[in-house]
Amino acid sequence: MYPDDLKYSSEHEWARVGNGDVAEVGITNFAQDTLGDVVFVELPEIGSKVDQFDKFGEIESVKAVSDLFSPVSGTVTAVNEELEQSPELVNSDPYGDGWIMEVQLDDPSELDELMDSQTYQGTLE
Amino acid sequence: MLSMAMRTPLYETHVASGARMVPFGGWDMPVQYPNGIIHEVRQVRNDVGIFDVSHMARLEFTGVDAGRFLDTVLSLRASRLEHGLGRYHVICNQDGGIIDDAIVYNLAENRFLLVVNAGNADTDRAWLTSQMNAFAAEGHVDVELVDRSLDIAMIAVQGPNAVSMLDELTDDEAGLTTRFRAGEATLDGERILTVRTGYTGEDGFEIMFDSAHAPGIWNLLIDSGSTECGLGARDVLRLEAGLMLHGSDMTVENNPYESGLRWTVRPNRTEYIAGEALRKIRDEGTPRRIAGFVMRSRGIARHGHSIHVNGDEVGVVTSGTHSPTLGMAIAMGYIDIAQSEIGTVVQIDVRGRMVDAEVVKLPFYRSDRPIKPTALRPRTRR
Repeated sequence: MYPDDLKYSSEHEWARVGNGDVAEVGITNFAQDTLGDVVFVELPEIGSKVDQFDKFGEIESVKAVSDLFSPVSGTVTAVNEELEQSPELVNSDPYGDGWIMEVQLDDPSELDELMDSQTYQGTLE
Repeated sequence: MLSMAMRTPLYETHVASGARMVPFGGWDMPVQYPNGIIHEVRQVRNDVGIFDVSHMARLEFTGVDAGRFLDTVLSLRASRLEHGLGRYHVICNQDGGIIDDAIVYNLAENRFLLVVNAGNADTDRAWLTSQMNAFAAEGHVDVELVDRSLDIAMIAVQGPNAVSMLDELTDDEAGLTTRFRAGEATLDGERILTVRTGYTGEDGFEIMFDSAHAPGIWNLLIDSGSTECGLGARDVLRLEAGLMLHGSDMTVENNPYESGLRWTVRPNRTEYIAGEALRKIRDEGTPRRIAGFVMRSRGIARHGHSIHVNGDEVGVVTSGTHSPTLGMAIAMGYIDIAQSEIGTVVQIDVRGRMVDAEVVKLPFYRSDRPIKPTALRPRTRR
């Protein structure tokens, strides 16, 4: 439910740092479960700047709307356009096909501000 | 007043099914089950869904003066209903403000059943009791109100296959009556009251029976192929069907003429306490009315969002959601009469973002019409 290779924010977003200084970003299983069926994800523009812990978009389910907060600072290099047609991917595969954006990191040391899987799960109890 | 949320006789059954429970109208109710709201909505539109509606208050009025009393407080003449027939209507105060909407059944000689919203039950009881006392002071003393909400459970069985399912499960077909009629049948060995009503836009029944049998009957319906549904799906379904939710789409500040409920009101009756006020509202006309909206680009309007035309605020959204059945965002709200014509394009302030929407005819969905009529399709998508 909470993969070990991800870093987590208290706002229930995750970041996956792959090659170099690029991080993939999405919402956690807890977040998707709390929201219920996701029907709309407002994606950021490619090339736009995001700041750590600041709002970068909105996610809406049948019952609720929630702000999306970026777990990292940087420049958006890709967004998951699949979500425009199939927002439910956030529910079915929050760490895979339900990813939201990819960010070129300004400062990789910011990742230290995030939690590992164990610590994050501790906050959910 | 501090009080614990009440629990229906199905509370443990919901929790055991993994339902997410939320407070609603003073009750702990399931908002959704593990398969989610969209799944539940689809099951009701395509097959059968069941809802625990035991939280709705069921008030029984008996006595020689019961019918005449109800005539004074309800927007229709309940005493003239045939035995077994029910009608949707509104309960208004002397100013014509809507205290609640309800269904009244003329069950038998001098015996009526009034089904009202859970969240308004206390207000309704207090209002009806005070009016009953005033009525009694005029010499009409033979009317009694008994609250049957706790000893009777109520389950809504809704969907295109609801009637055939109940037909197979009940012994006596006579209980499966026509729209807005009450009947009796035997289900799982228990006598049940059946009323052919609902809040989803689909055919089906609401069934009432002794609370003790609630888990058994619920599980029998599940084993027979129905899908358990919560308040989340119920809200989407009723909005798609253009059905009003009291407390959201109308309050005591609204009258039935602006709320699209003119058809429920018989104001030309001397005994009706709201008659004079409602005739005045009817004759003068209302400056605003309820309307349906579909969003023309991405975004979902929600309760409280303002509606604009040419930068002027002309209305407010009262309900909005994503409609899984129509595949678009829909909303209801009040709008100035001058801007309320079908096809008018408005802007809705969705948390600071102006989103185009179009005024459309209600309801958004009818079970007897093809889905996605062209009139409902937004002309532009981003």
